[in-house]
Amino acid sequence: MTDARAAPLAGPGPLIDVHAHFYQAGSGRASWQALNASRLEAGDRIGVTWHVGSILGSWGATSPTYFQSPDDTVAGNDAMLQVVDAERRRVRAWVAVNPNDTRFALDELERCRARGAIGIKLAAARRASDRLLDPLMRYAKDQHFPVLHHAWQRRPSWVPGQDPSDALDLCDLASRHPGVAILLAHIGGGGDWSHTLAAVRDVPNVYLDLSGSGVDRGMLDQALEAVGAGRLVWGADITMETGLAKLWALDVIGVTPADQEAIRWKNAARIFPAGAFPGLAA
Amino acid sequence: MSHTTVDVSALIGAYPFRELPHPDAGTLIGVLDREEIPRAWVGHLPTAFHRDPGKGNESLYRELAPYRSRLDPAPVVRPDWPGWEEELVRAVDERAAAIRAYPAHWGFGAHHPALAALARACASMQLPILLTVRFEDSRQRHAIDVAGDLPAATVRELARAGTGARIVVIASGRATIEEVHWGLTPEERELVWYDTSWIWGPPTDDFAHLLRSIGARRFVYGTGWPLRLAQVTRANLALLPPDLRDVQLVDPMEWRNT
Repeated sequence: MTDARAAPLAGPGPLIDVHAHFYQAGSGRASWQALNASRLEAGDRIGVTWHVGSILGSWGATSPTYFQSPDDTVAGNDAMLQVVDAERRRVRAWVAVNPNDTRFALDELERCRARGAIGIKLAAARRASDRLLDPLMRYAKDQHFPVLHHAWQRRPSWVPGQDPSDALDLCDLASRHPGVAILLAHIGGGGDWSHTLAAVRDVPNVYLDLSGSGVDRGMLDQALEAVGAGRLVWGADITMETGLAKLWALDVIGVTPADQEAIRWKNAARIFPAGAFPGLAA
Repeated sequence: MSHTTVDVSALIGAYPFRELPHPDAGTLIGVLDREEIPRAWVGHLPTAFHRDPGKGNESLYRELAPYRSRLDPAPVVRPDWPGWEEELVRAVDERAAAIRAYPAHWGFGAHHPALAALARACASMQLPILLTVRFEDSRQRHAIDVAGDLPAATVRELARAGTGARIVVIASGRATIEEVHWGLTPEERELVWYDTSWIWGPPTDDFAHLLRSIGARRFVYGTGWPLRLAQVTRANLALLPPDLRDVQLVDPMEWRNT
C-alpha cells in the first residue's frame, strides 16, 4: 500500500513517464498483476503524475515480443486500454503495433485511438529506416501522435529476437517525416548511447527518452549538451529506481528548474495530442 | 548493520572506454557528503586494465592520501604476478580496507588456483576480497573490451575453496546473486556479500525479492561511482515496499573487529 502522506521522492510538480510497460493475463507471468501494482505504487512514491504505457502483445508467451501476432497485438492493446480504464487519473496508453501488416496496423491504430490511446509504440519488427513504416507515420502526423520507437543504441548487424533500430535508422525515419515527434527509446536501455547522441544532434524531431537501467555518469550531461533540455523526455521503462536516480541527478548536474520542468513533463505535454493529460498544458 | 556506513564499490581514475566526469578523490568526497555516506573503499579504475597493478596502486595511495580519514584504499593484487605477496603486504602497510581482484580481466577460469591462493592470503590478513562482475552493460562495450562479465561459477568456486576470506561481489544483478547464493552451502554463504549498485528495483522488485529470500545480512552498500550515478542505491532503498523500508544492510566496518 502506498504511503500517500509521504512527499514525492522526485519532488513536487508534474511528472510524466513516457516509457512505462504493463503486463496482462496472457503475458505468461503469474505475477503480472503484482508487476502492474508495483509500477503504480512506485510511481506514487516517486511522484509520477501520468504513466504512458504499452503492452507488447503477450510479451513472448504466444508470439515473439518483437514480432507480435495480430491476435496478441489486439490482446495486448486491449489489456493496456483496460488499465487506462481502471486508472483514468494516472495512466495513458500507447498503441503497440507490428508494422509488417500495414492494413492491420492502421486499423488497430484507429481502433485504439477511438478508445483513448494517445501515441504509437513501435518496437523491433521492422527497422525504422524501412519505408514500410511510412503509412503509420502519416497516420501519426494526421492525429498529432508521437511515436515511441524502441532503439538499440548503436545496434549490431544482428540481434537475436528482434530487428532493432538505432539512432541512424530513426534519423532516417525522422527526416522522411519531419512533422512527427519521434521518441528514441531508452538511451540508458542498452547499447552505446554516445553514438546515439552524436547521430541525433541535428535532427530536431527526434526526442531522447531517458529511461532504461543504464545510469552511466556523463550520459545525462552529454545528452543535454547534444540536444538541449527541449528534446529530452523522462521515462523509467522497466527499472523505476534508475528513473528516480536520473531525476535526482538532473539537480546535481545543474539543470535549471525550468529545464527540469521541460524534461519532467512539459516536452511530453507538447508532443502528445492536446488534452492527453488533463490538468497539464505545456 | 545500517544503510550507509561504507560505499564498498567506489573508484577513482579514468576509464579507457569513455570519458567520466571528475573521477577524482576530491569529487568523491563531495558525492559522499551529498549521499550521506561516511566512508568509501576506493579502487583505482585504470589499474583494472593494467597487467602489473603495482604502479596503479601507488597512484591510488598517493591520490587518497589527503582524504584518508574517509577514503580507504582497495588496491589490486594480481596473484599470478611475480611478487604479489609483497604487493599484499604493502596493502596492509597502507591500511587497505580490501583487495580488488579481476579474474575475468586476467583471463582466469573459474578454477584458477591463484585466486584461491590470494583469498587465503587475504583471509590471513583480515582483508575482504572484492570481485567485480562488470563495469558497464555488456551491450555497450568497446570492441577491444572482451573480458566479459565475471561468471557466477568463479565466485562459487572461490567460496567453495574454503579459504576463509570474505568475498564481496560488486555490480551483480539478481541472476548472478541467486546463482551464487543458492549454489553454496549455508556455511559457504556466510562469507559472501553483494553490493547494491546493480540490483533492479520496482516493478520487478528484484531488490525486495533478494532481501526477503536471501536476507539483508548478505548485502552491503555500493554505488559504483564514478561509472554509475551514485543515487541509484538510495533510490532503490527509498522505493522498497513498506515492510522493508527499515531494512538494515551490513556494515563492513564491523568486520575489522572480528
